[in-house]
Parts: sequence; structure tokens; C-alpha cells
Amino acid sequence: MICLLLRQSRISCKLISKQVIKPAAYTSHHALHTTNLLQHGEYEWQEPKSPDEIVNITYVDKDGKRVKVQGKVGDNVLYLAHRHGIEMEGACEASLACTTCHVYVQHDYLEKLNEAEEKEDDLLDMAPFLRENSRLGCQIVLEKSMEGMELELPKATRNFYVDGHKPKPH
Amino acid sequence: MSFSLNFYSIRKLLNIKRSKAFITNSVRLQSVQHAAPIKRICIVGAGPAGFYAAQYLLKQLSDCAVDIVEKLPVPFGLVRFGVAPDHPEVKNVINTFTKTAEHPQLRFFGNLTLGTDVSLEELRERYHAVLLTYGADQDQELKLPNEQKAHVVSARKFVAWYNGLPGAEDLQPDLSGRDVCIVGQGNVAVDVARMLLNPLDSLKSTDTTEYALEALSRSKVERVYLVGRRGPLQAAFTIKELREMLKLPNVQTLWRAGDFKGIDADFAKLQRPRKRLTELMLKSLGEQSTKSATESRKQFLPVFLRAPKSIFDRNMEFSITELQNNVAVATNATEQLPADLVLRSIGYKSSCVDSSICFDVQRGQVFNQRGRVLKDAKSQIVDSGLYVAGWLGSGPTGVILTTMNGAFTVAKTICDDILSHSIDTSAPRPGLDISGKRVVTWAGWQRIDQAETQAGKESNKPREKIVSVPEMLNIAGV
Ligand SMILES: Cc1cc2nc3c(=O)[nH]c(=O)nc-3n(C[C@H](O)[C@H](O)[C@H](O)COP(=O)(O)OP(=O)(O)OC[C@H]3O[C@@H](n4cnc5c(N)ncnc54)[C@H](O)[C@@H]3O)c2cc1C
Repeated sequence: MICLLLRQSRISCKLISKQVIKPAAYTSHHALHTTNLLQHGEYEWQEPKSPDEIVNITYVDKDGKRVKVQGKVGDNVLYLAHRHGIEMEGACEASLACTTCHVYVQHDYLEKLNEAEEKEDDLLDMAPFLRENSRLGCQIVLEKSMEGMELELPKATRNFYVDGHKPKPH
Repeated sequence: MSFSLNFYSIRKLLNIKRSKAFITNSVRLQSVQHAAPIKRICIVGAGPAGFYAAQYLLKQLSDCAVDIVEKLPVPFGLVRFGVAPDHPEVKNVINTFTKTAEHPQLRFFGNLTLGTDVSLEELRERYHAVLLTYGADQDQELKLPNEQKAHVVSARKFVAWYNGLPGAEDLQPDLSGRDVCIVGQGNVAVDVARMLLNPLDSLKSTDTTEYALEALSRSKVERVYLVGRRGPLQAAFTIKELREMLKLPNVQTLWRAGDFKGIDADFAKLQRPRKRLTELMLKSLGEQSTKSATESRKQFLPVFLRAPKSIFDRNMEFSITELQNNVAVATNATEQLPADLVLRSIGYKSSCVDSSICFDVQRGQVFNQRGRVLKDAKSQIVDSGLYVAGWLGSGPTGVILTTMNGAFTVAKTICDDILSHSIDTSAPRPGLDISGKRVVTWAGWQRIDQAETQAGKESNKPREKIVSVPEMLNIAGV
């Protein structure tokens, strides 16, 4: 019974969470893979068109639990996390105005990422528990070379997401 | 209202036709509801702390109902009335808050003030738990003679003025003089400096209130001092905010080379954020001699190692300080800086809005132990069922992220206390009775929101904020 109750309320959350439609503000990198018409997080809900596009990564969540996720070239790891229910916030919606998507990137993969722009580094300076492998999740866009990468959520931005907020295009 | 209401709303959402299975489920679910009454939680204050706590509670407790009581007819606290209008990205967080507000188990009661419209005692009787997140709406004072003079204005009020907080619209800051002296060097102080030095055109497309834009268009301010007690290595502003100042068109930043004496030696020991900030200041200092001062009419003038001493009509006197173990100690030497307008920006503090709150008057925050409010400060005994989060509990420091982490932690404590039966939830609680009260619901706020966005369209602004409460109530239809 309780189980049903839980499930029901979860369904309700999912249904009410309307995706807020905002003008696309992807990084230029992302734009290479998507059209400008896509909304935040929408691209991440599309299935890979071919196996060549698949990039498997692992999130290490707040409890140290490892969640393997299949992403694809061009996915933003913030929205990919949302799709898979990983509790990564993203308060400013990838507009480089907060640090709620702070992650630690597995060392071997650091140099495979685009170099952080000045603004990202400036923001990271405000993030609690900054480490040398800190990045903002919203600035990481998957490429083939990132196959196998691990991203760890830091303790202080242990974020707890409303179940329903998994931006899903209608 | 009970679970059945929730179930109907779910049904509505799912668009399920009334079937046999549905009825059976409904009956069974109602019996579950009888076994354990819905946990009613009231949150006071619809700022980031309130919304993030609500988000967490609604996720973790499947059988809870959350009501948010807010003083103003409009939500979002300092995200609407604090965050600078030229930082619209920061306000994106409103989208997440809106999703939380649309949860079927959440009700928004705007235009209800704790302490006047409703007492804490009443809330505690009507809810299993009450979480106070009503923020910090006062500011720290310099405690100097002449501080009450018209040309001394708190940065809090100035921010409230350009952001359209009801009641702040009549501030009429005197911007007819050339020199403004901002006392304090935090990010709020930098926000205020930027608003004064920003070219007006870059503000026209923001949600800065129309009357503030008009006043700023007549501003004669050319030099803005940003004065701090301690040195560059203790500067309270962060690098993002400083970089913005350095990039302002037609504004020259001028540092005092003397303030940076001996800094190189300390440099190696610094942590990355402090190091990058110091590097940026030194770089800017190094470049200022090569830039011709005549290029820009306006100047941004950070001044370190000066503690406020006296306020005069057109200037301020500061004690020159020395650092001893990171603390600024005043020497006998003084310096005067021109100040047609003084903006005091040395911190916010909270007020005690209900006499039953165990309140630390000196620090301006609620006595608490990791979010659990204390019965009295001495005994350290927790007042079961009463909680505090956000600036009201932690003091007015940190950004939205800090507030978010704190609110999640306190919300988790509430969940733990419910599960461990530290809060008695065996008997149902009715929730607030709003009959006869002029309450703005979420739908009412949406009408205000729509009216503001619509009005903004005409002038290419994201919104034209409504500042008058009666007008807000009128639009909300209450
Ligand atoms: C000028 C300024 C600029 C800022 N800029 C940024 C920024 O760019 N980025 C960033 O991350 N952070 C910024 N911050 C910090 C951020 O605003 C705070 O971290 C956050 O708002 C604190 O949240 P809170 O919920 O504790 O308080 P608040 O946001 O103050 O919310 C409190 C709410 O309680 C309501 N209330 C008050 N009294 C009562 C009562 N008696 N009854 C019922 N309700 C009541 C208030 O109306 C308000 O809605 C800024 C802060 C200031 C002051």
C-alpha cells in the first residue's frame, strides 16, 4: 500500500514538472552537435542515433554509489545526470552563475575536457571543497574520448533533486 | 484536506477515468491515511532557504504537506529583491522554485506576516513542524554620530530601492554629488558600486525599477570608493565580481600601490581562490599606470586598511589600520575621503518578529543547534518541532549555494526527527485557517508575474516590477 502511495506521488511529481522553455544557451561546443532549437536538457533525452555516438560514463553519487550511464556525443553531463535521476542541482541552468553542479573529474580524463573558461574558474573559486580536478558539470559536453570517465559529486553540493524534475521534452 | 484531495489531483494529472481498480485503491489508500496522518509542515519565508527546504521535504516525505507563509504577496526573497538586476542568470533558480511550488502538496500563502497576521504559537498548534526561513531584513550599523543623516544610506535599502521592494521606493538617494563612499567590501558593496558606475544603457534591459533608472540617468556620481578595514589579502569580494568591475566600460579602477606592500612575500602560501583574486588585483594595479586616466570619466577606487571613524557632511574620516593576526587595529593616524553620499554595507542581520522566538539580539539570528531552534540559549535544550534555516539561522553570509546546502541539511533533520518520533505526528494537524485573510495563492502570484512580464515587454525588460502592495493584491484578485 505504502509502496503504491509512494509510486503515485512520484508519478504526480513527474507529471507536474513542466519543463521551462528557455532560449537555448548551449556552449558553442554543444551547438556543433545539436540544433539551436533544442531546449535545455532536451538533447540529452534523445537516444544515440548510432553506436558510434555512445559514450559510457559513471557518476559517483553522494553516498559513494556508482551509477553507470550511457550517454552520447554532445550530451551535457548536468542534463544527462537529471535524465538519470542523479542528484546534481544546476540552479542557474548552465548559465555560469552558480556552482551547484560542481563535480570532480577522474584525473586521466581532465585533459580530455575543454579547458575551463575564466568565468568557470572564477566560479569554482567560490565552490566549497575545491580540488584541482574540480569542474562545473554544466560545462562538460561528452566526446568519444571521454568513454569510461568517472564524475564524482562533492560532499557539499550533495544535491537532492525533486523526483519529478527530470527535464523531459514533451 | 486529506490524502483524497491529493489523490484526485493526481488522478486529474494522470487523466485516469474512474475505474473499479481506482476506487479500490482509493479506499485502501484512505485507510493508510487514517493510520498515519499527513505530516504538516509550515515554512515561514519564501526565499531560497524556504524553497529548497520544501523541495527536500516533498521529495523525502511521501505523506507530507508543506505550506509556505510569506510576508509579501510575491515569492523568492532576495532572489527578487537582492540579486543585482544585471545578473539575470542567477535568478534562473526561480524556475526550480516554481516547480516546487507547483507540487500538489505545497500551498503558498503570500501576504501573511509572521508576528502580525499570524503568531508562531498558532502555527505551532496547527502544524507538526514549523521551519523559520524569514531571512535578514535589517543591517549592521557603524554606530557613529551623524549616521542618521540623509546622506548616509544603507546598501540594503539602496539595493531594495533599485530592486523594487515595497516600501523602498521613496528612498530618493541623493546622486547629485560626485563622490560616493561605500563602507564595506563584500559582494553587496560591489553590486552597489557596479549599479552606480554601470553605463545606464546596460541597465535599461534589466528589471531595474523604472524610477531607479530615471534617478540613475540623472546621477552625477563619478567616483566610487570601496573602503575596507583590512588588506587586499582579506578582501571580501570574490573574483567574478571584481572582474566585472574591471571590465566596466568607461570606468577606471585605481588601486593604491601602498596597500599592496609586502603582498608578494605572502603569495606562495595562498589557497587557489585567494591566490587568483590577489593575482587579478596585482595585475590590474600593474596596468593602471600605463592606462591614461583621461580615458574614463568614472573611477572605481578600492581602499584598504581604513576603519570608519567620523561622518561629516561631505566627507568621511577613517582610522588607518594595521593588521595584527589578520585583525585590523586602528592606529592614531587618520585619512579623510570625499563622500557626498555614504553607503553603509557592513552586513545584514535578522529581526525577531515574534516574541516567542529564542533570538540572539546581538548577532541578529535565531539561537539554534544545526537548525533545531533552542528553547533558551542557556540550557541548550531544543524546542521540539521548531526549526530555522537560511540567513536567519546561519547569519547573513554566503551565496544561494550555501543557503541551499544549509536548507537541505535542516530539512533532513526534520525528516530524521519525524522518523525517530522526536516530533509527535500521531494526531492530525489542521494546517492554517486562512478564511477571512487576504492571502495571495500561487495562482495569484502567477497573475502578478504575468502582469509584470507583460508590462516589461513594452520596454524590452524581462519584467516591470510592481512595487505597490495594494496593486499587487488587486492583480492577484484578493
Ligand atoms: C544584495 C544581495 C545580492 C546577492 N546576490 C547574490 C548572487 O548574485 N548570487 C548568489 O548566489 N547569492 C546572492 N545573494 C545571497 C542570497 O540572496 C542569499 O543566500 C539567500 O537569498 C538567503 O536566503 P533566505 O531564504 O535565507 O533569505 P531571503 O532570501 O531573505 O528570504 C526570506 C523571505 O522571508 C520573507 N519574510 C520576512 N519576514 C517575514 C515574516 N515576518 N513573515 C513571513 N515571511 C517573512 C521575506 O519577504 C523573504 O521572502 C545576495 C544577497 C544580497 C543581500
